[in-house]
Amino acid sequence: MKINENLAISDNGFVFNPSSGESFSLNESGRKLLKMIKEEKSDDEIQNLFLADYDTDRNTFSKDFQDFKEMLQQYQLLK
Amino acid sequence: MKPTYTIALSGLNAIDNPGPGVAVARGLREAKSFNVRLIGLSYESLEPGIYMHDLFDKVYHIPYPSAGTEVLKARLEYINAQENLNVIIPNFDAELYSFMKLEKELLSMNIHTFLPTIQQFEERHKVNLPDFGEKYSINVPRSEAIYDSSELYQLSTDLLFPLLIKGKFYDAHIAYNIEQAKTFFNKISAKWGLPIVVQEFIRGDEYNITGLGDGEGNTIAAVPMRKQYITDKGKAWGGISIDNKEMLQLTDNFVSKTKWRGGFELELMKSQDGAYHLLEINPRMPAWIYLAVGVGQNIPEALVNLAMGNKVEKYNSYDVGKMFVRYSYDMIVNIEDFETISSLGEL
Repeated sequence: MKINENLAISDNGFVFNPSSGESFSLNESGRKLLKMIKEEKSDDEIQNLFLADYDTDRNTFSKDFQDFKEMLQQYQLLK
Repeated sequence: MKPTYTIALSGLNAIDNPGPGVAVARGLREAKSFNVRLIGLSYESLEPGIYMHDLFDKVYHIPYPSAGTEVLKARLEYINAQENLNVIIPNFDAELYSFMKLEKELLSMNIHTFLPTIQQFEERHKVNLPDFGEKYSINVPRSEAIYDSSELYQLSTDLLFPLLIKGKFYDAHIAYNIEQAKTFFNKISAKWGLPIVVQEFIRGDEYNITGLGDGEGNTIAAVPMRKQYITDKGKAWGGISIDNKEMLQLTDNFVSKTKWRGGFELELMKSQDGAYHLLEINPRMPAWIYLAVGVGQNIPEALVNLAMGNKVEKYNSYDVGKMFVRYSYDMIVNIEDFETISSLGEL
């Protein structure tokens, strides 16, 4: 999974898609997730990093991560 | 030394459904290649542009298109005698035909225009959009032009509700059933006449692009925009410039095939399958044209230079991610000004 390289992503989590004009806001965990996806970390790597940093379980993370990926897909933020 | 052009332009109704005139005037005031004296052409005494004395040096009322081209010509002769016009930029669809018909006569008075040909104007009309789409291989929604509300019962089986009910110049409403369609037919035809266009409703995101064709197939300028805030009248009250190669290609295709001459706006809908559908071609600059100026493509300036026969280089870039945010503003106007424009037809 690769992020559309034309996206403008600010440190504050503001995401702008210059070809559609759409913009989005990411919260802290969203910013981290997007950064890791951009760095092309594998799903397992991302999961392990999140489970180390956040008080959550594997199933909850897996479900939320899947939702997040589907949203990226739906909003055409992936390459 | 820069020349000074005296330019007359219409569309001073900067209201909730604004004409392009004020935005065009702002662009002309920022022109780098010439100075301007701007003459407003108005229809009603409460058009806000009349009272924007920092933009317009003088304003004259002109007759409605329904009065005919001879009446318009007589009025323009009077205005020209006072102002010595170089260029006229009509900004309303409903008046364009009159100015196109008078193009040669205006030129004989040394007044330049830069308008589409009558053929270009007619073939892109909403009523002719299906044929236009087929001729130039552009995706357009299915539509039919009707002259009586009873024809709503005889539409092609391809046209299912919801449908867009559109006037020949302005106005569009979404109808979800036959009763609504009849109501909108009556409302729009009472205001704008016939025919009414019944168009397939495409679900998706609205995109617009404004540009300028040189009449020889070249796109001199093009700026795509996504509406960020849409009023209940369907007008963009905020928008953002975007970097969209597909829209720019579609625009180049439109300009090169039609050899479009003048300003234009393409209204597009991107459906869920990613395809762009051309909903309308407006044969003049849109009310949001100042965004093009703001991102580095002064389309009003380029249009005037083309009208005057000056060499104009194609714009190759613009700022992406720049927004326009429209606002309403109360001007305090002396009643004497209102009295003057109302009684004398000029201010």
